[in-house]
Amino acid sequence: MDIAKLLNDPVNELAKLLTGLLAGMGLPSALITTILLIIGVVAIGTFCLLLPLFLIWFERRVVARMQDRVGPNRVGWQGSLQTIADALKLIIKEDITPIGADVIVYNISPILSVVAIITMWAVIPFAINIVGTTLNVGALYIVSVGSLGTLAIMMGGWASNNKYALLGAFRTVAQLVSYEVPMLLSLLVPVILARSMEMNKIVGEQSIWFVIAAPIATLIFFATSVAEVGRTPFDLLEAESEIVAGFHIEYTGMKFAMFFVAEFMHAFTVGSLTAVLFLGGWRGPWAEEIPLLGIVYFMLKSFAGYFLVILMRASLPRIRIDHMLDLCWKFLTPLALGAIVITLLFDKLGPALLNVEYARWVGPDYMFARAGLLLLGNLLLGLITLYILSSEARRQRRAAEGEPAADHAAHGGHDEHGHGDEGHGHAAPTHAPAH
Amino acid sequence: MDALQIVFLLTSLVILAASVAVVTVRNLIHAALSLIVALFGVAVLFVLLEAGFLAAVQVVLYIGAIAILIIFAIMLTRRVMQDTSTQTNAMWWVSAVMAVVLMAALAWLFMPGMSPLTFAITPLVPPADSLARLGASFVDPNQYALPFEVASILLLMAMVGSIVIAGEKK
Amino acid sequence: MMSEWTFIGLFLLLAAVFPGAPIILNSVLLGPKKNNPVKNSVYECGIETVGDTWVQFKVQYYIFGLVFVVFDVETVFLFPFAVAYGQVGLFAVAEVILFILILVGGLVYAWRKGALEWV
Repeated sequence: MDIAKLLNDPVNELAKLLTGLLAGMGLPSALITTILLIIGVVAIGTFCLLLPLFLIWFERRVVARMQDRVGPNRVGWQGSLQTIADALKLIIKEDITPIGADVIVYNISPILSVVAIITMWAVIPFAINIVGTTLNVGALYIVSVGSLGTLAIMMGGWASNNKYALLGAFRTVAQLVSYEVPMLLSLLVPVILARSMEMNKIVGEQSIWFVIAAPIATLIFFATSVAEVGRTPFDLLEAESEIVAGFHIEYTGMKFAMFFVAEFMHAFTVGSLTAVLFLGGWRGPWAEEIPLLGIVYFMLKSFAGYFLVILMRASLPRIRIDHMLDLCWKFLTPLALGAIVITLLFDKLGPALLNVEYARWVGPDYMFARAGLLLLGNLLLGLITLYILSSEARRQRRAAEGEPAADHAAHGGHDEHGHGDEGHGHAAPTHAPAH
Repeated sequence: MDALQIVFLLTSLVILAASVAVVTVRNLIHAALSLIVALFGVAVLFVLLEAGFLAAVQVVLYIGAIAILIIFAIMLTRRVMQDTSTQTNAMWWVSAVMAVVLMAALAWLFMPGMSPLTFAITPLVPPADSLARLGASFVDPNQYALPFEVASILLLMAMVGSIVIAGEKK
Repeated sequence: MMSEWTFIGLFLLLAAVFPGAPIILNSVLLGPKKNNPVKNSVYECGIETVGDTWVQFKVQYYIFGLVFVVFDVETVFLFPFAVAYGQVGLFAVAEVILFILILVGGLVYAWRKGALEWV
């Protein structure tokens, strides 16, 4: 076997080897293709189920260090087998189904939650030629299976026949559904910059990482994806003091564990999607020649994103649901629309000013000019947004100080926003305490 | 019978069964979930027609937004989630007759021997950049630019109308 | 394209096995089954459940869903345009900006009418 070719294109070489082996045993070629596809599915699925064992340990240790304690360090080397111990404990627990629960829906919900996350990994590229499948609508496919996860939560909350679970499920779905809008809009920006929805092509276009060409879209995508997972600061859904663990109150044993596996895997998927869409995915020195090196870069970047998610969890307080929805609809959505408009305008402005055609503009000659121009556009948008936010804050401060007795009457709450520009909004987190 | 036909037959059976379940099941939430299965089957049909984008859009819009809205509406407005009225009313035989007549007319129209129409069965080969051509056609003044803009006005009308209706209670 | 979607189809069919196996291992094989009515009753902060399981009608949940559907459809319209971005001219960008502006108008209307509040 040619080692150089194996290093260059491991998946295809292995596929050829197996095809030869199976054809030698006399199987028809259609069956061989199916078997190879099934092996690919099993590989990705096993990765998705085994990685959370590591992720949970990683998170517990990192959060513990951030909170100036040690975290699990007894079971195995530095506590690395702790998650396995927890899984063994959960697997021998009794499975209690509450009275009046709708059995089919109750059981499908945790399975659907995990399936929604696992199937996302079918299109995420690990290296230049290691990817489950190359759909031409990869980005939209990820959003569509994400929405299946939302459905699973709704079903879980309803099927438990529990008022608190139902209430938790409603609020969860309201949050997830609201945050899907800025997520979709900010997902549009790398699709515009790469002119393709295929994930591997988006990575391929990132000779300069998109985080430099579209920093605002990166931040919006990261923040809204964290909200989609239901992590702090957006974890109102599982707030034990508020809604008593939300929609998964009535789940025990492995079903409960499946919801948790889905959540941790989703948090890691957020990191890896940010890496693929904005941080250049598997790109790095020599990543094209040696795909295994591409996997290493990709995992490093994903873990960097995951570390950021953990950092947010350990350091930020939970935000209230009305503040959270205000943030989404009144700040993030207009900002994301503004980012799209800026990207559309500036990316066509460049070739018009420099008198080149678009095909050359996106090529390697004008790489720095393009990134620089788009960065300038984003800075402009950021300055406009900061100006609007600060003038709004100044206005509210003046209204609060100006008439201390009548400030509840003068400050009417939400409804005197000048909204001239084409899409710039602002949050109003410092309300006069009228709520 | 190749794999494509088998998948098509299975999907059609699933869609039919789910659709029948939507209108006959007593528990409304189960009916909504059967609707979701039917919509997912339609997405699979889109994939069989080489329209991957439409399949993803079907899941994102229909299952991820509209089905959730339907479930919200059912859960928020029904105190008892069983539909306890009778499943049929006195005129059910009229609707049965009309359904059979409609089915016969459609079958006659599409049956190759008897129908007055002629069909040329061509293989389905979408161009490689079909998605880019779709996008370019949205903004081309000679193609679909005007319906594109009218669609945005339609969406605006939908949003304003629903807010007006929902806001009357305030 | 069909082979790519075949992978996805197989994935969806087999993916249910991955969470299903541990769950079946737990519920059917390894977990004890000692039912008693108190354990199976529904959780209500430690007291007996009062009243049926229904939630106070809150139109807020529904309005967020409605506005979400409108913006979802808008974004889905923009995706094919984003793929074709390289081939269209500046006029097309103007058309799309008009499209976005009309819907931003809708968002402003919803904002001013208080539809985006969580009361």
